[in-house]
Amino acid sequence: MFTGLMLNTWIAASIVAVIAGVTGFFAVVRGQTFAAHAIPNGAFAGAAGAGLLGLNVIWGLAVFAVAGALSIGTFGRKARQDVVTALSLVLMLGIGALFVSFSTEYANVTYSLLFGEVFGVSQNVLLPIAGLGIVAIVLIAVLYRPLLLASAMPEVADAGGVSTRWMELCYLLVMALAASMTVPVVGALLMFVLMIGPSAAARSFAKRPGRAIALAVAIALVTVWIGIIASYHTNWPLGFFVGVISAGFFLVGSGWTAVRRRWFGRRPASVLAAAL
Amino acid sequence: MGHFFSYIVEPGFFSSQPVRTAFIVGTVVAITSGVVGVLTVIRGQSFAGHSLADVATTGGAGAFLIGVSQFWGFLIAGVAAAAIMEAIGVQRRRGRDVATGVVLGAALGLAALFLYLGTQTTSTTGASFTILFGSMFVISPDTVPALIASGVIALAVIAVLSRVLLLTSLSPEIAAARGVSVRAVGAAYLATLAVAVTLSAVAIGAVLSTALLIGPAATALRLTRSPGRAMAVAAAIGTATTWIGILLAYDSFDWPPKQHGWPVSFFVVALVLIAYLLSYVRRTRRRPASSAELTDTTQEGTPACSPV
Repeated sequence: MFTGLMLNTWIAASIVAVIAGVTGFFAVVRGQTFAAHAIPNGAFAGAAGAGLLGLNVIWGLAVFAVAGALSIGTFGRKARQDVVTALSLVLMLGIGALFVSFSTEYANVTYSLLFGEVFGVSQNVLLPIAGLGIVAIVLIAVLYRPLLLASAMPEVADAGGVSTRWMELCYLLVMALAASMTVPVVGALLMFVLMIGPSAAARSFAKRPGRAIALAVAIALVTVWIGIIASYHTNWPLGFFVGVISAGFFLVGSGWTAVRRRWFGRRPASVLAAAL
Repeated sequence: MGHFFSYIVEPGFFSSQPVRTAFIVGTVVAITSGVVGVLTVIRGQSFAGHSLADVATTGGAGAFLIGVSQFWGFLIAGVAAAAIMEAIGVQRRRGRDVATGVVLGAALGLAALFLYLGTQTTSTTGASFTILFGSMFVISPDTVPALIASGVIALAVIAVLSRVLLLTSLSPEIAAARGVSVRAVGAAYLATLAVAVTLSAVAIGAVLSTALLIGPAATALRLTRSPGRAMAVAAAIGTATTWIGILLAYDSFDWPPKQHGWPVSFFVVALVLIAYLLSYVRRTRRRPASSAELTDTTQEGTPACSPV
């Protein structure tokens, strides 16, 4: 279970879980769940395009992920963000459908890009994933304070001279970076699930943002690890286990919040939680 | 002129059975999506609309696995997902989006499992592509009556609830003060959205479904502020883009690469986007008339629909 290709799987999935936990926390706090779904999913179209042109898949993914992030970030200011996100997503997917229809053999790759092919990770992709992952986490760390302020209390951030607009664009670009390197490894679905489920669950247990991020990373790691073990034994797709387990964590978190509210009559205490 | 016409409309276009089915289904879907879409955009539930389409594909994959009609799989999964989203969703918009995301993630996980099991038992590898992207030209004529019926049901529910729905969407406090159950209306709307989205997802694929739900409605709401008029405009834009999309897809069999049509989804998505961008051009030239239509329901004289 811990030899050869399986070891690569463990390493790659763990790296992805850490990145997803860190970036996903902000997606949940900012209410940008839809963007977290649209950017990895739309990026898949870029992979199809790169395959058509004979380029490395990661370039296509990066171009589409960044284009999606930019369009959500810039047009989302002028119009409703959910509408712009939906239209950006369908545009990318529509182009993806065109690309896929051009090369008939590519239809099979659709499945692996959406749902992941995590048990076939080769050694030479581990280094790029780890490198880009470190870049994404360093960017989040550098932006941490202003990003948190802009996410939780946009009015205060604007008053305090933090540009919420730039923070949003920077954050979406980090998400695009994270998506373009994780999608070829774990698929668009897994990336999305690992960004949302663990972070949403973590917010029910930890009120301080730092602790919540740590907890989100921990839950994401536990989710993929259990998923890999279960998937290894049953041969069922990893995406299934990760999706169900992270939904389970979310439900436990919501249940805990409800129980605490009823029995202790306590509202979430911190300023951050109150602002949400 | 006749030559030119036959260049645009390929010979055999109107006598082809798949094209006729595509036209009928496309029209039903475009009208339903346009009407429901206006409310979706006003309520800010684009993500739910998109998610329900994706979740419905889980049902489609499940139905594919056990060998029943895909339509029922799509419908059951869509309505069940709407019920779960409503059950775990909280009232605040951010919490609602997270709940939607969690349901979507779990459902896509199930879809992965169903598709995997499906490819184990049968050797149809293209299933995931067909289920996600659909194809208008392969709709079986048998499902057309069920599709039309569900479209009519969705439109009827919207027609009955439209005033209450608009009131709860625009000012939930006033609605609650008048004794309207905001939660019940929201649940009824979500169920209707599930039916409408299911209808379009099974007919034209999950991708196109979101395009037709959000694109024409957002365009219409930029052109007019009266929700009723916006619904009519959205239905018209949706129908026009679908028709032109089908026409272009049929023509594209002669385009490179030879003997391989371009997907309808691509054309419809492109046309919907063009219509939406054109609405920006119009807006900058002429300021829209002030809203008077909705002031009787909102009472406060608040803008009927905030600019989209």
